[in-house]
Amino acid sequence: MRASPVSDTRRLITKPQNLNDAYGPPSNFLEIDVSNPQTVGVGRGRFTTYEIRVKTNLPIFKLKESTVRRRYSDFEWLRSELERESKVVVPPLPGKAFLRQLPFRGDDGIFDDSFIEERKQGLEQFINKVAGHPLAQNERCLHMFLQDEIIDKSYTPSKI
Amino acid sequence: MSFFGFGQSVEVEILLSDAESRKRAEHKTEDGKKEKYFLFYDGETVSGKVSLVLKNPNKRLEHQGIKIEFIGQIELYYDRGNHHEFVSLVKDLARPGEITQSQAFDFEFTHVEKPYESYTGQNVKLRYFLRATISRRLNDVVKEMDIVVHTLSTYPELNSSIKMEVGIEDCLHIEFEYNKSKYHLKDVIVGKIYFLLVRIKIKHMEIDIIKRETTGTGPNVYHENDTIAKYEIMDGAPVRGESIPIRLFLAGYELTPTMRDINKKFSVRYYLNLVLIDEEERRYFKQQEVVLWRKGDIVRKSMSHQAAIASQRFEGTASLGEVRTPSQLPNNSRQ
Repeated sequence: MRASPVSDTRRLITKPQNLNDAYGPPSNFLEIDVSNPQTVGVGRGRFTTYEIRVKTNLPIFKLKESTVRRRYSDFEWLRSELERESKVVVPPLPGKAFLRQLPFRGDDGIFDDSFIEERKQGLEQFINKVAGHPLAQNERCLHMFLQDEIIDKSYTPSKI
Repeated sequence: MSFFGFGQSVEVEILLSDAESRKRAEHKTEDGKKEKYFLFYDGETVSGKVSLVLKNPNKRLEHQGIKIEFIGQIELYYDRGNHHEFVSLVKDLARPGEITQSQAFDFEFTHVEKPYESYTGQNVKLRYFLRATISRRLNDVVKEMDIVVHTLSTYPELNSSIKMEVGIEDCLHIEFEYNKSKYHLKDVIVGKIYFLLVRIKIKHMEIDIIKRETTGTGPNVYHENDTIAKYEIMDGAPVRGESIPIRLFLAGYELTPTMRDINKKFSVRYYLNLVLIDEEERRYFKQQEVVLWRKGDIVRKSMSHQAAIASQRFEGTASLGEVRTPSQLPNNSRQ
């Protein structure tokens, strides 16, 4: 190649893009909504569940749409499973709110509307962050959490 | 790093014979300041004179000998006491005696080998300098003058492009290409990133130039990485089939040629780091070494040749009308 005093900065030749790829739906669609908090049970045995709705076109998820209900301790279970089984640096959950669980509070404690709303948003952020991680997507526990009706805590951890 | 050359009684200066015509080059000092030094190449003769000015013309200067040295040395910052001299030449200028009046001594180091480029880094320094010494019983008078050496290369015969397909299984597949594997310091990196599969939510993509300085040997090897440049090449989410162009001009950055195992003491290597960042700030990257080399300044070819090259760039685009070469422009006195 002859030496030239002026560099050739022309773009490299590229393949034209398929129009279906250019204008079709992207292959990275993954949306998880945490909504509709409901407090079940009575007295000391009460707890709040949240609706977890998944919409996706990622092939790694068995169902393209799914809805399950989960409680805060289920999120804690998922987090500890992922920390143990995968190399993912798992983001933190919204707080456990120990103080809110003590008696003699002026408000509704952990069943307080604004607290539930705050926690709901934190859980949504958490699950979207986690579910979008390519390594977390390989873990059976994530799929069981998101798309199986019931979490079988005695499952055998495995990779998808 | 030069002593003032002040004894109690004499001022020493080193003057090059071609100081008027010799080019100077900027070089960063250890504390980060940029200074200009005379520029030399391998094989060039270093000649000049050592001038002695007696502060008090009536006072004689007794000495045990006057000499001048040309030294090329490597200094590791963690081992300052040991200088590794790879070039060491000496010329005696005067036998032990007396200096009764200000005078100058000519010297010439003919066709001096300067095998490596001057380098001031984070943990190591390679420098060339002249050192004039007036030996005395109690304390010597020493004057040093640093010079800068550049090593030049020509266009490599073999300079293949770098083209690779990388990714995470079923998540992200890209093919990246850089037009060359060896770039000169004022070159342009022309390349492209082609997306084969995108199942993650990418926010943007950048290309970084990383310099890695390696010092020490065996178990004491130490790598110092420095990100010289970060250049965003894409903002937004790509889809399958999309090609993102890369055009990165190297002249704007502080770069040195690639230095491999210099005198078995240190290396300086450069890497292009392609980084994709997703919506959750997760980073996916691929690092690739590139070889940098220093091109000699060439005499400008005729303007019409340059215009021909420039006009080639517009092939394949909409016609802009007739391209007028500079020779057709009025008042073009240069040829």
